[in-house]
Amino acid sequence: MPYIIPALSGLLFGVGLTISGMVDPDKVLAFLDPVGAWDPSLALVMGAALAVFAAVNALVAKRAKPLFAPTFHRPASRTIDRALLAGAAVFGIGWGLAGYCPGPGLAALVFNPREAALFLPAVVLGGWWVDRRLRAARN
Amino acid sequence: MFEVSGFTPVSATIGGGLIGLAAALLWAGSGRIAGISGHLHGLFQRDVPDRARRALFLVGLIGGAALVAAFNPDIVAQRTGVSTLLLISAGLLVGVGTRLGSGCTSGHGVCGIGRGSARSVAATLVFFCAGVATAIFTRHLLTG
Repeated sequence: MPYIIPALSGLLFGVGLTISGMVDPDKVLAFLDPVGAWDPSLALVMGAALAVFAAVNALVAKRAKPLFAPTFHRPASRTIDRALLAGAAVFGIGWGLAGYCPGPGLAALVFNPREAALFLPAVVLGGWWVDRRLRAARN
Repeated sequence: MFEVSGFTPVSATIGGGLIGLAAALLWAGSGRIAGISGHLHGLFQRDVPDRARRALFLVGLIGGAALVAAFNPDIVAQRTGVSTLLLISAGLLVGVGTRLGSGCTSGHGVCGIGRGSARSVAATLVFFCAGVATAIFTRHLLTG
């Protein structure tokens, strides 16, 4: 179970993401940029995903633990701090530049391998660099 | 000036529902947030014990995309002409931003908001606004 659930969830996520059309960065940009012609699809994708997730979350909220694991891993931080807001802003700029957030970036390995080969290593490098800075700041 | 075009409400709703179901499965089954950036960054962090679980989720995602593509090969148009510099810059910004901001569209936008997290609501508002501003700026103001 520790391995079946993540694999199944990933597979279902990839199927949904692809059917939703959000693996197409031009479709994402057509949402983010409403000037000229606007494609509202992304809002429905987010809305539908949120509705389903929130419904299931409400069902399992009273459980002490997940179905096949010992604990719920809830994020520790509860405060809206500068790192959160600055990080979200930087992420948003990168998203609006090429139309890729991490999920569609991974799916681009299937659909646009050249773009994935440039985008994904840069994502990993960026994350690794922040990690190094955070560790240095703690020590 | 402002018109709707390319709207695909049925596939967007079905696809979005499946994304929500996938995230719900990981949360209810394993107690983990289905954040793509979190899973990805974790693979390359020091002292992370559970790389296999993370890798399986990400490989599953790529497999799911490949599965749909096998039945529908033209589902995404091949994009050409996006410069190497732009793709690398975008990747660096997405990597730095998601690590610093602890999540992306899936972790904050779907799971976080779905759990009622104020942090995720704030992050999602910020990255949507930044994304919209950037897309408008680069596609209209820079190109004229």
